[in-house]
Order: sequence, then C-alpha cells, then structure tokens
Amino acid sequence: MKLQRKNMLRASALGALVVSGALVLTACGSDDNTKTADGATKASAPAAGDVKCDDAKGKLLASGSSAQKNAVDLWVKNYMAACSGVEVNYKSSSSGEGIVAFNQGTVGFAGSDSALKPEAVEESKKICTGGQGVNLPMVGGPIALGFNVSGVDKLNLDAATIANIFNDKIKKWDDEAIKKLNPGVTLPSTPIQHFHRSEDSGTTENLGKYLKATAGDAWPYEAAKKWPAPGGLGASGSAGVATQVKQVDGAIGYFELSYASAQGIKTVDLNTGAAAPVKASSETASKAIAAAKVAGTGSDLALKLDYTTKAEGAYPIVLVTYEIVCDKGNKAETLPTVKSFLNYTASDAGQKVLSENGYAPIPAEINAKVREVIKSLS
Amino acid sequence: MSHALQDQRPAPARKSPAPAGLTRGGLPRWAPAGIAVLSIALGCGIGLVADLHSKIQWGLIASLLFIGITYAASAVVENRRQAKDRVTTSLVWVCFVLAVIPLLSLIWTTVSRGMKVLDGDFISHSMNGVTSFEEGGGVYHALLGTIEQIALATLIAAPIGLLTAVYLVEYGRGSLAKAVTFFVDVMTGIPSIVAGLFILTTWNLALGFGPSGFAGSMALSILMMPVVVRSTEEMLKLVPNELREAALALGVPKWRMILKVVLPTAIGGIATGLMLAVARIAGETAPIMLLVFGTQLINNNPFEGAQSSLPLYIWEQYKVGSDASYDRAWAAALVLIAFVMILNLVARGIARWKAPKTGR
Amino acid sequence: MASTTPTRIDTAPPVSKSGRSTGRAGDKIFAGLSKGSGILLLVIMASIAVFLTYRASIALSKNEGNFLTTFDWNASATPPVFGIAVLLFGTVVSSIIAMAIAVPIAVGIALFISHYAPRKLAAPLAYVVDLLAAVPSIIYGIWGALFLVPQLAGLNLWLDEYLGWTYVFDKTQVGVARSLFTVGILLAIMILPIVTSVSREVFLQVPRMNEEAALALGATRWEVIRMSVLPFGRSGVISASMLGLGRALGETMAVATVLSPSFLISGHILNPGGGTFAQNIAAKFDEANEFGRDALIASGLVLFLLTLLVNGAARLIIARRKDFSGANA
Repeated sequence: MKLQRKNMLRASALGALVVSGALVLTACGSDDNTKTADGATKASAPAAGDVKCDDAKGKLLASGSSAQKNAVDLWVKNYMAACSGVEVNYKSSSSGEGIVAFNQGTVGFAGSDSALKPEAVEESKKICTGGQGVNLPMVGGPIALGFNVSGVDKLNLDAATIANIFNDKIKKWDDEAIKKLNPGVTLPSTPIQHFHRSEDSGTTENLGKYLKATAGDAWPYEAAKKWPAPGGLGASGSAGVATQVKQVDGAIGYFELSYASAQGIKTVDLNTGAAAPVKASSETASKAIAAAKVAGTGSDLALKLDYTTKAEGAYPIVLVTYEIVCDKGNKAETLPTVKSFLNYTASDAGQKVLSENGYAPIPAEINAKVREVIKSLS
Repeated sequence: MSHALQDQRPAPARKSPAPAGLTRGGLPRWAPAGIAVLSIALGCGIGLVADLHSKIQWGLIASLLFIGITYAASAVVENRRQAKDRVTTSLVWVCFVLAVIPLLSLIWTTVSRGMKVLDGDFISHSMNGVTSFEEGGGVYHALLGTIEQIALATLIAAPIGLLTAVYLVEYGRGSLAKAVTFFVDVMTGIPSIVAGLFILTTWNLALGFGPSGFAGSMALSILMMPVVVRSTEEMLKLVPNELREAALALGVPKWRMILKVVLPTAIGGIATGLMLAVARIAGETAPIMLLVFGTQLINNNPFEGAQSSLPLYIWEQYKVGSDASYDRAWAAALVLIAFVMILNLVARGIARWKAPKTGR
Repeated sequence: MASTTPTRIDTAPPVSKSGRSTGRAGDKIFAGLSKGSGILLLVIMASIAVFLTYRASIALSKNEGNFLTTFDWNASATPPVFGIAVLLFGTVVSSIIAMAIAVPIAVGIALFISHYAPRKLAAPLAYVVDLLAAVPSIIYGIWGALFLVPQLAGLNLWLDEYLGWTYVFDKTQVGVARSLFTVGILLAIMILPIVTSVSREVFLQVPRMNEEAALALGATRWEVIRMSVLPFGRSGVISASMLGLGRALGETMAVATVLSPSFLISGHILNPGGGTFAQNIAAKFDEANEFGRDALIASGLVLFLLTLLVNGAARLIIARRKDFSGANA
C-alpha cells in the first residue's frame, strides 16, 4: 500500500508539473513581432489618418479566397497596427469555404473569387436578417502563367496556344506553334509539364472563362472551378502550383502574380492581338479590369469582365476578388469592425497597397460605388 | 526473456565459421563487411559512370550487388546451405539499411531545415503582423493552442475511457459489454476528418457555437477515447485476480478495491497508454482545420475565439509556399516532433518505471 | 478473460458488516459511473453513425451519377455527379504497393532487431523504430513532397526503362513522380515502424527451446528462422500488417501533399494521377458547398467500412492467438 501511495503521489506530482508548465507557457509568449520583423515590410506603414477605427472593437473572423491572401495580410497588419484592441483574422482557405462559413454565420465577411450564385444568395437571407449577401469587388489581380524552361527568359503565347498546351495538344517546348510566336528564341525540346490546381478554385474558373472566350475550338470546356481537361499534373493551392513550376524543368502553371514575384518565377507575355504582347503586371491588369461592367443590382456590385479585350497594354486574364457581406442584418457585434476595416481596404491608401504588391486596384468609379455601399451597411 | 535471448546472439555468429572451418574452407570473418564496402564502391562507381541522378538508384545497385556477391562468394568457398544463410543475413541487413535511410533522412531534413529559424524568439512569439512572405514570426500561439486543446481532450477522454475500461473488465457482462467492446473497435476506425465533421455539424452548426479550441478538443477526444479504452483494458486484465480476491476477502467494498488496488497496480501501463494516445492526437490536422479556425494571434482562452495548433500551423505555412514560410513549417515540424517525442519518452519512462510485474 | 472471475466475486456477499452501507452506496455510484461512461461511449458512437448515414443518404439520393462506377467527382455542381470508383481504386492500389514494400522490409528489420543485430545495437534500434511510429503524418507529407518526390525521378525512369514491358511500370505520361507509386512508397515508409514493432514483439516470443533445438541439430541461422521463428510468428505478422494497412487506407495529409490527383483509373502506376478517399475529402472539402460535403461524407463512410473490415480481420487473427495482444499497437 505504501508503495502504491508513493506512486500516486508521483503521478500527481507529474500532473502538477504539466499543469504548472502550461501555466508558465501561457505567461511568456508575445504577440509583438515588431522587433523580429524589422524593416522586412514591403508596404509603407499607413499614416494614422488612413485608417478610421470608428467604434470597431473585439474580434472579427473572416475567411475565403486564397487569391487575395497576400493583400489581406498586409491590410490586416496595417489595420491592426492602427486600431489597438481590434483583431481581424482572415483565414485563407478557398472561396467555397468562405461562402459556406459566411452562410453558416461563422464569419463577418467572406472573400470569394466569383460572385455569389443565386442559390447562395437565397441561403444568405437566413443569416442576413432583412437583407442578403452582396458582392463588393475589392481586389483585382492578374493571373500569371508562370513557366520554367531552362534557357528561356521571355515567352510570348496566345490564347489558342495556351489552350493547346493545357489540353495536351502541344507536348514539347519547341513545338512549331510556340516557335512562331517567339521568333529569335531558342526553345529546347523539353517535354511540357503543365500544372493545374488540384482542388476546386476560382483561379481555375477565371482562366477557364478567358480560354473559353478567346481560344475558340482549342478549349472546348465550360469554365468551372474544377479543372476540366484530362492530363497534366495537379498541385494544391496557388502556392503548390508555383512551387512545382519552380521545381520542375519544362513546367508551366497558372497562379496569381504575387506568387510569381514571391518565388521569382518568370511569367508568360500574352499575345492578345494588340500590337505588342502584354506582360502580366498590376497596371496591365487594372487596364483590363477598367473595361468591366457592374452586373449586380442594388448594393450588389458583381462585375462582368471583358476577357476578349484587345486594348493596348491590357492583360485580360484577371481575377476580381469580392468581399461578401450582408447589405442589411450584419451581426451587431462585428458590424462596426467590418465597416471600418472595409472602409480602409477600399480607401485610396488601402488600394495603393494592392498595386505595390502585384495586385491591381479596382477602377475608381467602381471603387466609388463600393465605398457608398460600405457606408450603407447595417 | 528478450535479454536472455539476446545473450545467445553473438554465440552462433562466432561459432559459424569455426565448424565450417573444420570441414571445408569458410569465408573469413571480415567477408561481409568487405563485400559491403566493395559493393557500395561499385554502386557509386556505376552510378557515376552511368550518370544516374538520384542516390536511390546508387543505393539499389549497391544493395543488389551486395546480395549477389555474397551469394556467389559463399557458394564458391562454402556450401549451398551456408550460401543461403549468408544471403538471408545480407538481405536482412539490406532491409534494415533500406528502411533506416528514409527514416533518418526524414529526421535529418526536419532537424537541419528546422534549426534555421528555430530559436527562443520563434518559440515565444506569434505570427502577429508577419505576412506570409516575410521572415520572422513564431510558433508560440500554435504551441499554446496544441497544448490547451490536447489537455482538454485528455480531460474529456481520459475519465470516460478509464471508466469504460473499468466497466468492461470489472463489471461488464452480457450484451451491453459486448456492444461497447464492438463499438470501441469500430471507433478506432473513424477517419479523423469525420470526427471533425461530426462536431462541426452538432456543436457549431446545430448549437450555434463559434469556432474554438474546445470544439477541436471534442473532436480529438472522440479519436482518443477508443485508444484509451483499449490500452487501459489490456492493462487492467494484467492485474492478477489474486489481488482482487485478497482485497475483497478483507471486506473491502468493490469500488474501493478497484480504486485502491486494481488501478494503482496498473497505473504505469494506463499512464503509458494515455501518453501514447495523447502523442497520437497531437499530430492530427484534419479535424483541427475544420474546428479551431486558425489564427495568427495568441489566444489563451480555448473556450472562445479562434485558436491555432501546431499541425495546422505547419499546413498553413506549407501552403503559402515561400522560402520563409517553408523555414517556419520545418521549424514548427521540429517543435511538434520534439513535443511528441517527449511525450513518448515520458510514457516509456513511466512504463519501465512501474511495469506490472506479472507474467514474463 | 479476466472479467469472468471478478464477475463471480461480484455476487458474493460482503464479509464485513461495518463497511456495508457506505460500501454499497459507493459501489452503486461507481458501478453506475463506469456503466454510464460505457453507455455514453455507445451513444457518441451511435450518433456519429446516425449522422454519417443520414448525411450520406441525402447525398446519394440526389446523385446523378452512379456512386460506384462514375469516374468523376463533381458533387458541388448542379446536378451533382460523383462516384467512388477512382478513389476506391487509388486507395486499394496505393495500400497494396505500400504493403508489398513495407511488410517484407518490416519483417526483415524485425528479424534484424530480434535475431541478427549486435546486442548493443538492438535495444536502441527497437527504441528508435518505436519513436518513429509517433511522427505525425503531416511531417511525412511535407518531407514526401519536398524531398522524396524529386529523389524518385531517377528510379521512375529506371523502372519505366527496364520494367516498362510489364504494363504496370510503363510510364506513359510525362511528369514528376507525383504518382500512386510514390504515394505507395511514402505510405510504406510511414507504416514501417508500426509493422516492425509489432512483428518484433512476436519474434521475441518464439519459445527459445525451439530455436536452441534447431541450432543443436546444426541448422544455420536462416534455417532456424525458417523452421521455428517464421511459422510461429506468421499470424502475428499478418495482424501487424493489417494494422499497418488500416493506417495506410485512412492516411490523409501525406497523400494530399504528394499526389497529383485526377479522376482517371490507370494501371500505369508511375503516371501521375489517381486519388484516395481521404485525400479526396481533404482536397475537395474546402470548396464544397453543403451538399458537396454530404457527398464527401458518403465517401468517408465507405472508407470507414473498408477500415472497419481490415481492423476487424486483424482483431480476429489476434484473437485466435491469445498469447499475443496487439492492443497497444
């Protein structure tokens, strides 16, 4: 018995040790990263006047598209630096997850690469008492076609060739079709390995829309979030695709421009039919987005993009990420924070962050409407 | 038992050349090592000459050569039986090396890449304000989340699991016990993401609670319970019945007998089982991903608001795909491995320290 | 079963009168508590089962494709079309590859540790192998994707070149080694420790007399192992393999990071493509709407049944050999 009591004592001592260890741990962590991240910031710190905290408070959860993750990360960082006591937590997963979470009432707003579908709008009426979910275009961005072909620094392609590459019709880098578009470039005979997103994604859908609109017979598939063509290799997430392209010689893949610049991947210049091939960049994408029209009604500002544009210097493979909120019936505890945060992101300072980081700002007149809607949210 | 068996080990090894030497010539003692060196050299040589890129091919060539040369040499110098014996010996060695290399490489990769950013700051800071492509930031919030979630999961699963095991061993009979036993087996097969879905639909959607560390711990506890029941059951069965009978004969009520005699006797094994179960759930990613939301900030309260956890953190950082985030992912992986290993070592320590002194 | 004896004692009248009343009350409470938690466990399990089947049935009733034979997974679309054929194929094939690689090697390592290794090496080795069983699968996943896949490119070329005539190893599609074969190798590495440690336990339990008798008859070490160790350990190895198989079937993160999924069934295992149940759930879950999630749950249910079958078979084999218990594994 004595022995056993001793054992029990030891066991409880062990338990106490674990508990106290956990308590000590709780005390010694820090959220303050200003020292460790010194000077690494690309974005200029916002002037205090850029962010209006109003009566924002507490914690705001948001989730959705990974396409805008890098932009939102910077916004959140600037915003939280300005408004103490407010926490904004954007979980970058996917548009679909964001919408599901939004319609379940888990998050204050969702980020999505495509506007709400009618069914989803119906569903959102349950959460938005007296209102419905609306799309606010907030982040624009070019979808870059990144390539990794040894010895090739610059590559021009047109829609039909891109379609043929992703459709397994063109199998080698020195194919005639590619040669014709790139006079003077020595192309190796490396087999082409094309990468796509393995999970459903808005990026895939936007590329699909572009190819459907411009490539004609070469791209017989309907635009969808799921990659439609057989063949090729899948990787998860834009980052996954970018990583593969970087690793594999002879690879081509599509992802948001910010991933290309972050990993130093070369991107394809697009032959749109304009005089010169267009490079994927923040400005060229803005030009293409400027041609977009508002397709939504009322507070809903869903856009219709023009993929066939041949305007000089307009890069038409673009993607617009919407922030989805309730027009009426937002949760009382998060409403002030949502309004104040979106106010910042739609402000000039907020939109400037975009062009500095490989995204494209929303054209001014649409942006003006977005600000109106944000003001009217309730 | 095992020690006794292993004492025997060197003996045949030393003996085998001797009898062979009495009848016919045997291979010298250094032969296996010599052949190994020779075939590794040949493997590298062929690899270099044929310009094979991956070291895996070099290794495979070398191991095939090793087995082949061993057989040939032994068949020539010794007899067929000896040759067979030598081939199996070399096969077993090759198996061992084949398996150890990837496992060591895994550990090596994690340690060498993880050490790059792992320091005091990394462990004591959260990811607040660090965007994914920047360097810096830390793992503190995730580590804290993991510890809290696991502690809560254990608080839920351990009593239920223990009591169920006690019921099965000490009280259980009839159809209820059979049903419980069966369902515990069934429960071990639940894919972890399904446990996550279950909590998501009931706790978060039907009851309307927001994402929190606690929701994650509930899913983890579902995964943990069957493991605890199983291991505790085994340990309780090892407690000799004489102890029970002696206690009851002294007039001790049954519940006191269980609490004071049976459980203390088996406590070592039970604790080991618990620790192993904890180590197992510490690496769970899928249910956590659905339930705790994930955050870059420190949240000390597991009952409210988004939390993070180590596996989730690794997954997030891996998905970002920049050099800085890969470094963070590896460092977090190293922290997670260290955490799980420490739990394992503690478990094994407890097991050795108070293993039930029954049977063999 | 120890439970028979205590059960008999349970009915014996208490000997001492003094402790009776408190004892009885305490007994009732304690018995109630433990029975209660048993029942609670049942309730949890039952509600999970009900929940799963309910959600799965919603999905199945609206499926426009054939759940068993459709080669597609488009559950979030309208109308939803999805089928598990590819997933079942991928899950089974990758697990078979994993078993084919892992089991012989694991038996080899187990024999090495129990019978071949120098004594000073054996104990720490056994220890290390056990510790490796606890490395979380996400870590195997990122190691596989960032380290193993590039390393396997050469081996793939080789297999294609020399064994391409076997059809199975014919690599018809260009691409990095993000194939079912690679997944199989990674799964093999992941389940090695568990199969090894259980097999080793069994090999160590071989009666020493048998081995010594064989040695005394002049048998070589291999003959000793073939005649006394392997026959004794066979069922133990089988159940160890089953436990490993159960783990390989349900593996999520490691497969999701390594495989390049597609909805095609191909016997050419070196080609990138294919999918497994768990990987598909993890990959599709994010983008799925409510209904799409139900469909994924339906596939989870199939995986669950598959795992149950394998685990059940393992338990049966273990139960047949009483002196070996794999419960802690």
